[in-house]
Amino acid sequence: MIEVKDLHKSFGDTEILKGITTNFEQGKTNLIIGQSGSGKTVFLKCLLGLFDYEQGCIAYDGKIFSKLSDAEKRNLRAEIGMVFQGSALFDSMTIAQNVMFPLKMFTKQSKSEMEDRVNFVLKRVNLENAHNKMPSEASGGMQKRVAIARAIVNNPKYLFCDEPNSGLDPKTSIVIDNLIQEITDEYQIVTVINSHDMNSVMEIGEKIVFLKNGYKEWEGSKDTIFKTDNTSVTDFVYSSNLFKKVRRMYIEENE
Amino acid sequence: MKTLILKDIDDLVIGSLGIVAFISFFVGGVITIQTALNIDNPLIPKYLIGFATRQSIILEFAPTFTSIIMAGKVGSFITSSIGTMRVTEQIDALEVMGINSLNYLVFPKTVALMLYPFVIAIGMFLGILGGIAAGVFGGFTSLEDYISGIQTDFIPFHVSYAFIKTFVFAFVLATIPSFYGYYMKGGALEVGKASTTSFVWTSVVIIILNYLLTQMLLS
Ligand SMILES: Nc1ncnc2c1ncn2[C@@H]1O[C@H](COP(=O)(O)OP(=O)(O)O)[C@@H](O)[C@H]1O
Ligand SMILES: [Mg+2]
Repeated sequence: MIEVKDLHKSFGDTEILKGITTNFEQGKTNLIIGQSGSGKTVFLKCLLGLFDYEQGCIAYDGKIFSKLSDAEKRNLRAEIGMVFQGSALFDSMTIAQNVMFPLKMFTKQSKSEMEDRVNFVLKRVNLENAHNKMPSEASGGMQKRVAIARAIVNNPKYLFCDEPNSGLDPKTSIVIDNLIQEITDEYQIVTVINSHDMNSVMEIGEKIVFLKNGYKEWEGSKDTIFKTDNTSVTDFVYSSNLFKKVRRMYIEENE
Repeated sequence: MKTLILKDIDDLVIGSLGIVAFISFFVGGVITIQTALNIDNPLIPKYLIGFATRQSIILEFAPTFTSIIMAGKVGSFITSSIGTMRVTEQIDALEVMGINSLNYLVFPKTVALMLYPFVIAIGMFLGILGGIAAGVFGGFTSLEDYISGIQTDFIPFHVSYAFIKTFVFAFVLATIPSFYGYYMKGGALEVGKASTTSFVWTSVVIIILNYLLTQMLLS
């Protein structure tokens, strides 16, 4: 479990996060939703230790990140996988080299052990014949899969995904969402996903945290989000007519 | 780390040989022609043409002006490649994997550019060769005069001075463009802007250091 207490983060004079408290559970896909610019990426990067924050506390299974020594931080990082918004594959390396990279950094496995593991995870994300392609030769959906493969190659306990289906078509998005959910369940990972995509919310929102103006405006799951009468949430989630209709039908059905 | 260094040697050093060779050869030729055309007083000995070409190339053209050109080529390559890694979050990805990204990116480039003096040595040689070609084939001087010119009053310390400068400039070429790439913010447009700013500041620093080093070493 990852616990976040009263997290504050500013850039210069503008406070982006104004005291966020929540937690993310193991084996669940935890979603952070909110408008573009609401601070989702900043929040995720604070969790990862990529940004310093002024105030607050982040604990990974009881270990308070800011109090860890450098060696302990490194050990914790070995247990973290991250899928960046634009995939962030190293463009001078092939797909297989990208996926192998964390193993080289964090483990002392032999070359053949590493190759086996790379083959296994690439197969897990349904990419079997792309080992020697360069990232620039792969489609957006393929790059996302490679990024996921790279994030899970070292058997992480914690997986972070920043808008994993931005820039993908709806069908590929659902495939990627389901892949992340399956992996989360299969390996009992704590998964935190940033999203502004309502399909993801409905598909995989086992826990949902809604950020607005720097505060946690609402917290729940894909089941409770239908019933909430918090207008900020309903305005955001049901901004399209399609979802307004879905909601009406859902409420009628359940009455 | 070894593969990174080899890759940077290939990108930064080997990849610069062509343009440096081309420019040095022709500028060497032009310096010779200009000098020859300006010496029309029959009292001035002909060997001065070779002498002047050698001095200009070894002291200034090869170390300093080639470095300014490299600030454009190598410098903007470094800024834009590191800057692209910044805006596409590849640097964040390195950090998440527990890697000291600044070290990981800048160290191999600094090591690779320690071979930069070889590029300059080749530039010096080709500059003088270009001088022979233009001077002799253009009928401005004879081969004997030119050869005796480039041997006249040869001061070995001038070569040391040139290579001390080159080492310092190599360090500048590796670090300032890396800095502008690493600490940039924004998107693709800003990568272009960062490359331009990095070129300007790298050139300014090279020119100022050139002045200071000349003052220190030669006067
Ligand atoms: N490195 C940074 N420096 C200054 N401001 C930033 C930085 N990163 C993000 N911001 C600001 O923080 C706010 C939230 O950004 P972000 O977390 O990227 O939003 P999103 O929810 O779309 O991911 C934005 O207003 C953005 O301009
Ligand atoms: Mg974002």
